[in-house]
Amino acid sequence: MATAVMTSLDTKSRAASRGMSDIRIRNLFIIPTILFLIVFNIFPLIYSLGYSFTDFRASSNAPVNFVGLQNYRELLNDPFIWSNFAITAKYVIVSVTGQVIVGFGTAMLLNRDIPMKGLLTTLLLLPMMLSMAVVGLFWKLLYDPSFGIINYTLGLGSFEWLSNPDVALYAVAITDIWMWSPFVMLLSLAGLSAVPKHLYEAAAIDRAGPFYTFFRITLPLVAPILMIAIIFRTMEAFKTFDLAYILTSQPTTEVISIRLYKMAFQEWQTGRSCALAYIVLIMILAITNIYVKYLNKVKER
Amino acid sequence: MAAVQTRSERALNRIAIAAVLVITLIFLAPIYWITSTAFKPRNLATTIPPTVVFEPELSPFVKLFTKRSQLRGVPTPEEYAAAPWWERMVFDGGEKIVRSGRGEVQPSGYPNRFMNSLIVAITSTLLAVGMGTFTAYGFSRFRVKGEADLLFFILSTRMLPPVVVAIPMFLMYRAVGLNDTHWGLIILYTAFNLSFSVWLMKGFIDEIPKEYEEAALVDGYTRMEAFFKIVIPEAATGIAATAVFCFITAWNEYAFALIMTNRRAQTAPPFIPSQVGSGLPDWTVIAAGTFLFLLPVAIFTFLLRNHLLRGMSFGAIRK
Repeated sequence: MATAVMTSLDTKSRAASRGMSDIRIRNLFIIPTILFLIVFNIFPLIYSLGYSFTDFRASSNAPVNFVGLQNYRELLNDPFIWSNFAITAKYVIVSVTGQVIVGFGTAMLLNRDIPMKGLLTTLLLLPMMLSMAVVGLFWKLLYDPSFGIINYTLGLGSFEWLSNPDVALYAVAITDIWMWSPFVMLLSLAGLSAVPKHLYEAAAIDRAGPFYTFFRITLPLVAPILMIAIIFRTMEAFKTFDLAYILTSQPTTEVISIRLYKMAFQEWQTGRSCALAYIVLIMILAITNIYVKYLNKVKER
Repeated sequence: MAAVQTRSERALNRIAIAAVLVITLIFLAPIYWITSTAFKPRNLATTIPPTVVFEPELSPFVKLFTKRSQLRGVPTPEEYAAAPWWERMVFDGGEKIVRSGRGEVQPSGYPNRFMNSLIVAITSTLLAVGMGTFTAYGFSRFRVKGEADLLFFILSTRMLPPVVVAIPMFLMYRAVGLNDTHWGLIILYTAFNLSFSVWLMKGFIDEIPKEYEEAALVDGYTRMEAFFKIVIPEAATGIAATAVFCFITAWNEYAFALIMTNRRAQTAPPFIPSQVGSGLPDWTVIAAGTFLFLLPVAIFTFLLRNHLLRGMSFGAIRK
């Protein structure tokens, strides 16, 4: 269709005989996307910034009052919110560490002459392609204390994974590790295969031991990609909602996204939840910044 | 590494192979378990020790797709004999299928939610990949002021937790009447996937030599013609890989679907968990719903495995 329009232009004007100018095409290709993202990402954020200074409740028609920084002040002084952040931090640390160990370990194993390597890698990718919500649901079946196969295989009797407040968070983290270790594995594998072979040959000639080779050659060269994987997984784990929300409803698994969801859509404290959303946003930006700085340092070495 | 392997190296390799196989089995066990549960008769789903060998049945799927009510009394032998096989399966579970006045089988909520998932995921994928390809070409081939910043801005839209964006979006959607509509979700998922699509497609298009289009331009093609006839076909595999990624994300999304829809436009991810409810859930039906929902993604993953591997490690390998 676009070409048809242009040919009609061609007959009209000589200047347009080559179709649209490159600048017009560039703008036509780029500007709609930028506008779309501004309208559906930036604009809502500005909108909610405004609400974060009010006592607005989306469930009632009560007049909206401007309350200034009161929402922020109350939230930052609320010990429950801080405990939500502490739970989130614990969750992020446990699940990301687990994913790095399992994912990187598997990648080290796969980075050899292994028959059917491609097939195995593809099969290992399957968990991360699934829906977190649906995964949460079927792990609920696996974790079931009386007939779940996890307890049966591990011989744990009727161990309570999800209703024991001390264990529930780890149960969620285990599911997350199952789901996302493949991601770390994939990136590590990409990094490992990019390590120049001659470095290993040189190390072998020098009779370097496996530990020396690993810590002096493999790890430093894979570190930047591993770091990217860690950044991605940390951001995602920080945002966790589906998995924890579906698996359990323990107070000890109430990560910040769940708190935010409840505040906004169950308690209908819209203004306050907008303020909390902003606090979360600022934290995410801060964490990303720290990571990116660290990443650059790793790359320089 | 070295062509000649020592004995210890060979032993080490064997251990590695065994370990990888064990890990793969552990990783696939949950998926195998849900698949097998989807084909079990209800009384075998929650046995201890777990039932591994059983005669597969389709009754979970029949139950998944139909609305049923408790059977009053036992069906007469004539009734039983006259009923089609799928109805008999439901009889055996002590239930009967609910029919409308005209005798039509009443569907459960699932087929509808599954269709909603398909509509929303496919449409938003087409939009995200389409727009993403254009934009990626724009960034790849033309000089754009502040290109790095713009690209970072595009990526940054994906860093926000969905719940954070969902609160203002919910209010906006309510104001304009997009709540609980297909378009509401389609727009959200497109916005969500667009950043990813631009980044991935830029990588693929950067790899296509500029000379191809320049030659076409010399031959009298317009820039648009060159784009559609030269660049798009060259980028086809990249477009396919990007499309699968976008589809998987939209297909699996839960938080927005939970918040923005309730009846008409609800997709399967919030629907399936809501069926667990309280009391004794029928896990075979839930497993059947889960299995059907996983199927498209599993097939895509398998068909496009090589492109997926390339697409995923793209940004990582080439910096």
